[in-house]
Amino acid sequence: MALQGAFREHRAALDRLGAQVTEVRLAADLDGLHGLILPGGESTTMARLMSEYALWEPLRAFHARGGQLWGTCAGAILLSREVQGAPPQFGRQDSLGLLDVTVQRNAFGRQIDSFTTGLDVQGLNGAFPAVFIRAPAFARVGDGVEVLAEYEAQAVGVRQGRVLATAFHPELTGDDRLHDLFLQGCLTPA
Amino acid sequence: MTEATTGTPALKQGFAEMFKGGVIMDVVTADQARIAEAAGATAVMALERVPADIRKDGGVARMSDPKMIKEIIGAVSIPVMAKVRIGHIVEAQILQALGVDFIDESEVLTPADDQYHILKHDFKVPFVCGAKNLGEALRRVGEGASMIRTKGEAGTGNVIEAVRHARTVLGEIKHIQARPAEELMTVARDLQAPYELVRYVHGHGKLPVVNFAAGGVATPADAALMMILGLDGVFVGSGIFKSDNPERRAQAIVKAVTHFQNPEVLAEISEDLGAPMTGINIDDLIPAERLAARGW
Repeated sequence: MALQGAFREHRAALDRLGAQVTEVRLAADLDGLHGLILPGGESTTMARLMSEYALWEPLRAFHARGGQLWGTCAGAILLSREVQGAPPQFGRQDSLGLLDVTVQRNAFGRQIDSFTTGLDVQGLNGAFPAVFIRAPAFARVGDGVEVLAEYEAQAVGVRQGRVLATAFHPELTGDDRLHDLFLQGCLTPA
Repeated sequence: MTEATTGTPALKQGFAEMFKGGVIMDVVTADQARIAEAAGATAVMALERVPADIRKDGGVARMSDPKMIKEIIGAVSIPVMAKVRIGHIVEAQILQALGVDFIDESEVLTPADDQYHILKHDFKVPFVCGAKNLGEALRRVGEGASMIRTKGEAGTGNVIEAVRHARTVLGEIKHIQARPAEELMTVARDLQAPYELVRYVHGHGKLPVVNFAAGGVATPADAALMMILGLDGVFVGSGIFKSDNPERRAQAIVKAVTHFQNPEVLAEISEDLGAPMTGINIDDLIPAERLAARGW
């Protein structure tokens, strides 16, 4: 999804892995796709643009017809059922609700608290260089949701069916293992 | 799991990447910050007066009152940036202590040092700096800037200087790419830029950090023009809150940066926005009034 944020870095990772990539800005761009990545960026900005260009229902329909989704940081917030720490004046923040979690925005603090760490991620051999930037965390995880990674007892990587969400930014690292996992899911539709 | 590391160049530059394809808006009150967030700004820049007023009022323009910055931090969930005077190390320390997410070492404020910029590597908070050309941009990156923006001519509503700076930086990048590797030390000497960064530009065809447009952006078409030229996003200052309908104009500029390659969408969002800010013809400014000339 190329509304705003680090979509070019995701694109570069997918290009390195030999995938065919389309940038999605309008609902019609979803036609024929198997998977969609919602990148890092500002979730309020993306949510605003998703409303302006009526993307909410087409994205839910994309998931319902077998599409695979992955959200990183802001993208993870957009996939969640419930968002804590919405902009004060909004009261609540719109989200797709495709992932049965409550996500806490800026769970680790402001930019000065942003950090990198080697993280154990289920399904990957060896620590993953995780970049957390004003990152969210999954404060409540529903029964059907599998936790793939934790940091300081908070879930930061989760999966539910065809929906993957990471609080960190694999697109900034040059380590393509998670993109590879995502592509494997796209190639074998559930 | 290994121990966490903070304040690294990768974290600071990675944060700047998250603003790409977005609009960062100047605000002077918590209410304006809320309008900017609701319109889809990716961050707000907290300052006491927008550049058009700084230009009109004259006098020494300084870092904003911490109370106002704290109010703005409390009012929105998006990142909050704030400006310090060029070379003013202590103003930067104060903003870092306040928890500001990004610092703009800005020529729009009155410079505090006529020779040296802040050594930005010393800070955990990332910095954005203005640049008129590639040498200036690479010197700022060498000092630790995590983001570069054009200087434009702030507070004029006139995009010509921002276009000039964008074309200069991007043209010089292309020029370096075309040079053989053995000429790069001489290029670095001529640009007065760090050799390693010149080599980076030669190898990658871009700046090592995100490059935004700023200064004089007043309409959705202006914002889209800067994206078409090859910049990563847009700062908007006086152009929004000096216009007739800030909410609508702010929303339209956000959409223009996403859909800059789609003239049908741009036509639709440019309609009926009310009057833009009046604007100043740059040719009418006496040299002493030019803000872009500050910094080196």
